[in-house]
Amino acid sequence: MISTRPITEDELHAFVDQRLDATRHGEVETYLKTHPDVEARIARYRQHRDSLRSALAHVVEEPVPPQLNIRHLTEARRPDRGVPWRSLAASVLMLIAGAAGGWTLRGGGSQTSEANGIASLAQEAAYTYNVFGSDPTRPVEFGAADKSQLVSWISSRLGRPITIPDLVASGYRFMGGRLVATPHGPAGLLMFDNDQGGRLAVLVRPMRIDANAQMSKHAFGNLRGYAWASQGTGFTLISAAPADLLHPIANEVRRQESGGI
Amino acid sequence: MTEDMAQLIEPLIPALRRYARSILKDGAAADDLVQDTLLRAVSHWRQRRSDGDARSWLFTILHNLAVNQLRRTARRGDMLPLDEADESDVSAPSTQEDGLRQHDILTAVNRLPDDQRSVLLLVSVEDLSYAQAARVLDVPIGTVMSRLARARARLLRIMDENSAPASSHPYLRRVQ
Repeated sequence: MISTRPITEDELHAFVDQRLDATRHGEVETYLKTHPDVEARIARYRQHRDSLRSALAHVVEEPVPPQLNIRHLTEARRPDRGVPWRSLAASVLMLIAGAAGGWTLRGGGSQTSEANGIASLAQEAAYTYNVFGSDPTRPVEFGAADKSQLVSWISSRLGRPITIPDLVASGYRFMGGRLVATPHGPAGLLMFDNDQGGRLAVLVRPMRIDANAQMSKHAFGNLRGYAWASQGTGFTLISAAPADLLHPIANEVRRQESGGI
Repeated sequence: MTEDMAQLIEPLIPALRRYARSILKDGAAADDLVQDTLLRAVSHWRQRRSDGDARSWLFTILHNLAVNQLRRTARRGDMLPLDEADESDVSAPSTQEDGLRQHDILTAVNRLPDDQRSVLLLVSVEDLSYAQAARVLDVPIGTVMSRLARARARLLRIMDENSAPASSHPYLRRVQ
C-alpha cells in the first residue's frame, strides 16, 4: 500500500488546492509530518489562499449591476421570431433571486469552493453520505422493496420526477433511499452497495444556481464525488470508492438520468 | 437557445466580476470589462466549442480582454497603483485588523507579475482546475504549474518582507 513515488512540487500545490485523490492526499500528509520545513511552507500557502479568497469574497455577494444583466444584454440581439421574453425575463429574475439568496446564505468568508451551486451540491452529498452512508442500523428509510413509494415521495417533494439508476452492470445494487435536508431544500438520497459491502450514494436536488453544469470531481477527506446538473436538476455520486471506479459509474448515472427524466 | 445561454452565463457573472476586480482593482473598469465579455459571449455563443465548458470559455474571453486592456493602460502609463486605489474598490468593509490583513494580501498579490497573478487567482480563488486554467491562459499545464509554484513562493517572500523586513526566514531557502 505504501507508495514509493516521490512527492513532487506539483503535488504539493494540488494538495494546497485540494485536488489530490484521497490516497495521495494522505501520502502527502504523511510526508509533511516528517518534513517540518516543507510543512511550514505549505501551511502558509494554504493560509495565503484562504486570506485571498476571503479578501475577494465580498465581490460575488454584491448584487449584479444593471449593465451586467444578461437580459438587457441579450435584448439588443432579440430575433424577430417568437421568443418567450416574458418567461425568459421571469427565469432570469428567478436566477438573480436564487443567486442572491445563495450568496447571502453563505455567511462568512471561511468556506471554500462554495462559490457556485455545483460545489455546494457536492458538499451536501458528502455531509449526507457521512451521516447515512456509514449508518449500520438504518442507512435508508425505504428499502429497495418499497422503491415505488420512495420514488413518489422524493418526486413530490422535489417537484420533479426522479428515477432510480440501475447500476447492476457496475456491480452495485439499489439498497433504498430517503429524503434529506440541505441548505437548498429537500434532496433525495439513493443508496447502493456491492457484494463487498462497498457503498455509494446519489444525491439529487433541484438547482437554482448552476442549472446546467458539466460533471466535476470533488474530494472531501476520504470521500470523492462527481457532481453535475442538467435542466435544473443536480446530481452527485458520492463514495469512498476510488475515483477510477466512480467516474465511469457517474457517467452511467448521468446517461440513464438524461434519458430517464 | 437564448434561454439556455442566459441560464449558463448568469450564474457565472459574480465570479467574472471578482476575477476582473482582482486584476484591474478599479471596480468600474472591472465591470466594463465584464460587460464586454458578456456581449462578446452573447454574440459568439454559437462559435463556442460544444465540448468546452461555459466557465472556461467565459474566463478565456475575460482574460484576453483584460490582457489587451492592461497592455493599453500600461502604455498610457495611467495604471492605478493599488496604494492609490480607493480602498472600497478592492476590499470589503471589515474590522480594522481584518481590513489590514486583506489589504496586505491583495497588495502582495498585486506585486506579482501578471502571468503569475492570473494563474494564482484562477486556481486559488475561481476554483478552475489546472486543465481549465491552462485552457484559459492558452499555455500547457506544465506552465500553469510552474507559474503557480513561482507565484506562491513569491507571495510568501513579499508577505515576509512586509511583516518582518530584517529577519531571515527558514522558508526563504526553499524558494528557487
